[in-house]
Amino acid sequence: MSTILTDIESAVSCRDVVKEFGQGDTRTVALSGVNVDIRPGRMTLLVGPSGCGKTTLISIIAGLLNSTSGTVNVLGRDLSRMSGSELVRFRQKNIGFVFQQYNLLPTLTAAENAAIPLIIGGTPRRKAVATASELLAAVGLEKRLNAFPSQLSGGQQQRVAIARALVHEPRLLVCDEPTAALDAQSGRTVMELLKRVALQADRAVIIVTHDSRVFGFGDQIIHMDDGVVTQVETTRNTAAAPLYEVSHD
Amino acid sequence: MNWLALRMLTGDRGKYLSLIFSVTFATLLMTQQVSIFMGIVKRSASQIIDMRDADLWIMDNKVRFIDEAPYLPPTDLQRVRGVDGVQWAVRFHKSNVNARLEDGNFRTVLLMGLDDTTLVGAPREMIAGNVADLRRPDAVIIDKAGYEYMWPRQPYRIGREFQILDRRAVLVGVCKASAPFTTLPILYARFSQAERYQAGQRNVMNYILAKPEPGRDPLEVCRNIEQRTGLMALTQDGFFWKTIDYFLGSTGIPINFGITIALGFIVGVAVAGQTFYLFTLENLKQFGALKAMGVTNLRLIGMILLQATVVGVTGYALGLGMTAAFFTYTNRITHLAGLHMTWLAAGGVGVAVLLIILITSIVSLRKVLVLEPAVVFRG
Repeated sequence: MSTILTDIESAVSCRDVVKEFGQGDTRTVALSGVNVDIRPGRMTLLVGPSGCGKTTLISIIAGLLNSTSGTVNVLGRDLSRMSGSELVRFRQKNIGFVFQQYNLLPTLTAAENAAIPLIIGGTPRRKAVATASELLAAVGLEKRLNAFPSQLSGGQQQRVAIARALVHEPRLLVCDEPTAALDAQSGRTVMELLKRVALQADRAVIIVTHDSRVFGFGDQIIHMDDGVVTQVETTRNTAAAPLYEVSHD
Repeated sequence: MNWLALRMLTGDRGKYLSLIFSVTFATLLMTQQVSIFMGIVKRSASQIIDMRDADLWIMDNKVRFIDEAPYLPPTDLQRVRGVDGVQWAVRFHKSNVNARLEDGNFRTVLLMGLDDTTLVGAPREMIAGNVADLRRPDAVIIDKAGYEYMWPRQPYRIGREFQILDRRAVLVGVCKASAPFTTLPILYARFSQAERYQAGQRNVMNYILAKPEPGRDPLEVCRNIEQRTGLMALTQDGFFWKTIDYFLGSTGIPINFGITIALGFIVGVAVAGQTFYLFTLENLKQFGALKAMGVTNLRLIGMILLQATVVGVTGYALGLGMTAAFFTYTNRITHLAGLHMTWLAAGGVGVAVLLIILITSIVSLRKVLVLEPAVVFRG
């Protein structure tokens, strides 16, 4: 059982979140009573072995999955009370995504790919691409604006994906294994970039990873196992006190 | 988002072109076959269409189609002339006869015997010679395709002679005429001339052509004729459809063409559907990412429908263009002339292509709409 000590300014607050898949004999419990608070201005790492429930948890936090029970409060909104269309609009406006496999559209250039969230939000294409180009310059890709994903290295593609995730200035950035497909050097570059470009006082960054080499970048590390949070570490990067004391029954 | 949909579609040139090709091919196959079918069926009644002088056809009441009419006694002509509402009525002969050419070869020809006095049913458009010359002894006029069939690669020569059942025929003109179903040459002659070519036959009138008095309902006049004479009287339109119905109902033509047209549709659905479905499957992760980033299902439906519409319209337009090019070329060939792409065929195939696109879209849409956006987090 987890005991909540503090946090009233959380970007993300999960209370007793349960997620079950299937029914009857095929019923699987992915999350069993997860309590988590994530503050803005911090880089939070969600770590744990495969199948521990971290992907399910960020899917719920990002509004891509509904929890079976419990409450999920993101940026002051209770996701469980939002309709499907409200959730879509909420995601579009407030959440940026970085995926393990980048998920760039192969037929668009780097600048066009990075501009997609703005275009989805209704920004005219030329303006969106111009804004995205500025951000790509900030991540060191000013010379590859017109390159297609197939012409970019894995690290460069992930930088495009980061630019795409940030171009509409979301208040929550969700990254799924952003370094998993990269070599050590590229992985380090991506993490440094996230720290430098993504992290802002009013933005929370959640990174799902099992790559222990990047643990040092986290301000807060949430360990999960078997569908529950087992430990929350606060590192030297933040002055905030640990959010949880974890005890096991 | 329309821009994004189009970039996704056209980005992979190979798949884009194969999608276009499948719809183009299906359109070409279906439009061409439907047009040829309509043209061939129409040919079965082409002599009825070409008869612009008379509005009513009177014949034996057992006739099923134009090529199957027994001869009528001459008294029937007088009886028809006496029916209330008939302005005028003339005799008409139609039969197949053998023509022996100068070099000894013979050809079966379609002989049309026109009323000697009025020449009702004579060709309207002459390529060589004059219709009035039909009044000269042994005169006959032949249609263009028939001339080229009987005297291939020879210039039009008025005055050339040949024989029909051992009797002299003198060519006085070459005319334009709609090709008959059997593609036989059409010979026009005076009725009395046709009688001579049918030596041994007591009666050679198998149709009576008539015109109703001005202001009289043709259908009412037909009913009057049938009541008074016991013959069958039909308007030109009625006889046209009676003949068409016979060919549709009594020959294998509709079934064979129908099979080809259905194959075109199935090929279109199968190839376009499969390619578009694979295209969607390959982009499923991207669609998932777009959903995660806030693209609504409604917008995704719009994107996929736009992609399908672009493929459908482009393929359909190319297919119609190729069909038009095909018929433009084949119309230069005499025995293929007269077959055209019809608006009905183009419209019908347009509906079929719309169905192909709809089926294709629905299959692809289903996959995208049930897609959980959380799929993007599965490596």
